[in-house]
Parts: sequence; C-alpha cells; structure tokens
Amino acid sequence: MSLELKNVEKKVGIETHIYPTNIKLEKNTINVLLGSTLAGKTTLMQIMAGLDKPTSGEIWFNGENVTGKQVQKRNVSMVYQQFINYPSFTVYENIASPLKITGVNSDEIKERVGKVAELLKLSAMLDKKPDELSGGQQQRTALARALVKDSDLILLDEPLANLDFKLREELREELPKLFEDRECIVVYATTEPSDALMIGGNTATILEGKIIQYGKTLDVYNRPENLTSAKVFSDPPMNIAEISKSGDTCKLIDNSVQWKSNVKIKDGNYKIGIRPHNITTYKEGNNTVEINGKVLISELSGSESLIHFTNGNLNWVSLSNGIQQKNIGENTKLFMNVDEFLYFDENNRLVNHG
Amino acid sequence: MNKTINQKAWFFVVPVFVLVAFNAAIPLMTVVNYSFQETFGNNVFAWEGTRWFKQILLSERFHDALGRQIAFTFIILLIQIPLGIGIALTMPKKGWGVPVCLILMSMPLLIPWNVVGAMWNIFALPDIGFLGYSLNAIGFDFNFTQQPGDAWFTTILMDVWHWTSLVVLLSYAGLNSIQPAYYQAAEIDGASRWATFRYIELPKMKKVLTLAILLRFMDSFMIYTEPFVLTGGGPGNATAFLSIDLVKMALGQFDLGPAAAMSLIYFFIVLLVCWVFYSLMMKNEVKS
Repeated sequence: MSLELKNVEKKVGIETHIYPTNIKLEKNTINVLLGSTLAGKTTLMQIMAGLDKPTSGEIWFNGENVTGKQVQKRNVSMVYQQFINYPSFTVYENIASPLKITGVNSDEIKERVGKVAELLKLSAMLDKKPDELSGGQQQRTALARALVKDSDLILLDEPLANLDFKLREELREELPKLFEDRECIVVYATTEPSDALMIGGNTATILEGKIIQYGKTLDVYNRPENLTSAKVFSDPPMNIAEISKSGDTCKLIDNSVQWKSNVKIKDGNYKIGIRPHNITTYKEGNNTVEINGKVLISELSGSESLIHFTNGNLNWVSLSNGIQQKNIGENTKLFMNVDEFLYFDENNRLVNHG
Repeated sequence: MNKTINQKAWFFVVPVFVLVAFNAAIPLMTVVNYSFQETFGNNVFAWEGTRWFKQILLSERFHDALGRQIAFTFIILLIQIPLGIGIALTMPKKGWGVPVCLILMSMPLLIPWNVVGAMWNIFALPDIGFLGYSLNAIGFDFNFTQQPGDAWFTTILMDVWHWTSLVVLLSYAGLNSIQPAYYQAAEIDGASRWATFRYIELPKMKKVLTLAILLRFMDSFMIYTEPFVLTGGGPGNATAFLSIDLVKMALGQFDLGPAAAMSLIYFFIVLLVCWVFYSLMMKNEVKS
C-alpha cells in the first residue's frame, strides 16, 4: 500500500496553491504535513483524498491511478479542525454512519462501533447528541467516525487546533497509539513543530505551496536540508546569524561572539541556525559559548522561560527550562550549545551539523 | 457589599416605561375596555360582562373567518417554506450571481403592501391584466372578482410572490453558515444529496427555519392590506380573513364591543400558536 503524488500541481485562477509536488507515502506510516496557515496543507490533503482535483499531475494509490476518482469510491476518511458530526444523530449513529451507508450488517456495526467508542473513551456518551458534548468529545466522535471504517487513507487536518490546551495534550498523546496496528496511511496536518515531534513518523515541511523536505521526523528536525526547512520546523523561530570561519575558529560577523568548532567545512562565510532551546541561561552540553544580550522581553510559557534579547543588530530568542526571571533592559549572559549549531552555505543548504 | 441607593436611577427607566405604555399597554387596555361594554356613542357605556366574547366565540361568522384564515395561512406556509428552501438551495454560493440573486430576492419585500395588492389586482384582471387575460386566452374561465376559487388562487399567488423571498433569504443565510467541511464529510461518507440535505442542511437550518415559519405565520395570520386592495374580502365573503372581517365589524358596522372582543380573541390565538410552536421547536435546545 502506498500513496504517491506525481508532479501534482494546483492552480486557482492565476494563483498557484501547490507547486509541482512529488511525494510517496508508504503503508503503515504516519506522515505529518508541517507548515504555517495557508502553506497548502489542506489543499494537499484534499487532493490526496480526491475531494479536489489537481490542475496537473497524477495521484497513484496502490499502483492504481486514482486521479479524478470520486472520493466515495476511495476508501478514505478525514477529520477536520472544526468538529464535524451529523448534528441530529447521536454519537452512536454518528460513528455508525459510514458503515450504514456501505451496508454493513447491524450486528457487525454494533461490534465495531463499540470497539472504536471504547478506544476513544466514548462508551458512556453513545446516546448523546454532538452539541451536548465538550469540544474534546466532539472531536473524539469525529475521530471515531474516521477510524470505524478501516480506511486505507486517514487524513487529519489540524484536528487539535480548536481544542484547549489540556484536551489537546491528552488527545495528542493518544493519537499515535490509535493508528499503531492499522493497515493504513495516516496524514496529519499541523502548524506546530511540537505536534510533529510528538507524533513521530515522517514529516514533510511545507512552505508556500512547496514541500521543502520529506523524511523521518527526527532526521528532518536534526538535519534540515536547508534553512527554509529548519525555519518551518522551529517554534519559537530559529535564530539565524551570519558567521565567518577560519581554521577551527568561528565568529559572528560583528565579532561579538567567538568559538572553536570542529565542523569539517571550508573556511569562509556561513549562516548558522540556532534553535531557541540551545540558548539557555545555564550551561548545557559539553561545549558552550557565552553571548551577552540586552533583554527585550522575558515571558513564561508553562515551566519554560522565553527570553528575547538583542546582541549587536540581531534579535535573539532563547528558551530555558524553569522560571528564569529577567528584567526588561537588563544586560545578561546566556550560553549557546555549540554542538547543536546548524551551518548553512550561501545557498542556504545545510553543510554540516555540530 | 454595600448597595448605594440612588432614586434618580428611576428617571432612566421612565422614558421606556412611557413609551411602552403609549404604544402597547394603553391601546390594548382601550380594547379591553370596549370588549366588556356596550357603547352608543356620546361616551355612554354600559357594562356587558363576557357577553361579546360569548357572542363572538359562538358566531358562525367568526368561525367562517377563522376557518378561512387557518386555511390561508396553512396553504401559504405549505408552499412558501419548501419553495423558499428550494430556491435558497439552488442559489449560487459565490461569484457575481450572489448579489444579483440577493437583489432580485429582496425586491418583492421592498414593495409596500397596498402597492402589491394594486399590482396584482390589475395583473389578474380578466379583461386587461396580463395574468387574467392570458389564463382566459388559453382556455381557463378565470375571474377573480366573481369566482371564489379564482380569488383564493390569486390571493395565494400574490402572497407567495410577495413573501417567499423572506424564507429564501433566511434559508440562504442558514445554508451559508454551514462550514464546507460538513459537505466534504458527507461526500467522503458517500451520502446522497437527499441525505446531505436531511441530516446536515436541515438540522443546521432549524433555527432560521423556526424563525421563518413564525414570521410567516404571524404575518399571514394578520394579513389585511393586500387582500383588502386585491379582492376587498370578496367575492361575497370568500377572502374575508380575520382582519378584514374585524375591520368590517368595527368600522363598517360600528359594533365596537364585539369587534374589541374579537380583537382580543384574535390576539390570543396568535400568541398561543406562536408560544406552542416556539416551545415545541426549542424543546431540545433548552436541554443542552
């Protein structure tokens, strides 16, 4: 089982929503489409499902060309950001609806609905109507509807975006387990890098209608092919600075920071990308270098502290564990983990790692 | 917490109080006043108790008018609601067609009632009106000024023309508020067009349709101007709906007592039907 997009392109009027795209998704994988709003994730999913036709290019599923094949005839299911359920049906009827239409007998429906409901912790709510449920339960119902019919392709379009923080964490942890022993391809669209890391599998970074990089999630994260992919896969945004290297000495272009590096690249000018969590108020890693900064904003996010500061002409973001109180305007010292620096050449390609 | 007492606050309530008193309570009380008394003019009143109410409730004339009214309202609801939904479903959802359709649909609603009556009167005249003349030309013996059936046909057609737009606009608004994802979900499930309508569109339109039915019920149940101009309640009493009959009684015959009693009964019927209908429709909503 595999899903392959061959040179798929989508234009609406004179606007290009998806540039010619090639991607092959394999059986029993979870694939994250990671990109900001309007990057083209939803369009790509709708093309994969057959809800929308590409302007050009082909979609192959299991060695069959399914371009233009109606969605009803493809065994797919989809979950949306909004909680989409039939408003006048009970939870049970909602989950059963895809099976009823395909004419599964009622005993089997009962069994399968019961099983999925249990998996999604909906057993106690089967007689309720969707608007009597919390947002989390409504989305669970929608997920159950997608899971009940053993689809070949399950598309999840930002399914957690409309949930509040707690419900979101809870469901996010459950999600990968739901698909564990299923024979299907799962596609999961999200704007949040942390979702991709949590879900694992494969990730495709997307920007402005183009797939930038596709591969194992951790590979894409640790070894982004280029600066764009690294930027898409970083939240808070990645710090980028220009440096020059000669011998084993690297320094920021403005000479404010200097460090020893054993990266095997030629001498010259490069860009480095530093993820915010690699700049901390304490030393982390074996190889750190100090950077002085003037605090712009200091904010807490859960049990982490985000400190925005300036050094030279650049604004930097750092993310430290624990509560690190800094005053605005304060001069402070932070530590950068040199081993985690990403080096990019003049074409913005990753040249080495660490 | 200490409450400060500020009697001046009452001054802010007074304008509303006066306004409501003048536009609702006082006129209504006048009617109530008339309904229990007999008057011969010159401000001479005699107490009659519930006599007028009994008289109206037992009178054949009232029964007939009420019967005609119920039949009329029932028929126009039966036509306008499905027709309105149907038109709304076929209207475009985007593009230049949207404003065109919306403007076309709003037109009938902007025309004053008596103008609608006059328009249709002329339109349906058997000798010179386009509708009347055409119907006769193709072999129908159509004359709404003389044949009760034709008068009903014309009145209903006029009301459908005038008011279906309201149902269309409300339904259209209801349909447009449904997120496209619902349609996609139905498509993925392989639901038929009918199932999509029945299980997604209709439940999602429930609130606006309740409103549409209520508005159309109230308006049609109190219809006066258009049939007054079109048929004057005739031929005979064929299209004398409650309002028309009421005005005949009050101003034509100057039977103020019975007319007042009839007004109140009329008012309570409208109130009761609206209340029952609304509570039934909203029964499930309250629960959640």
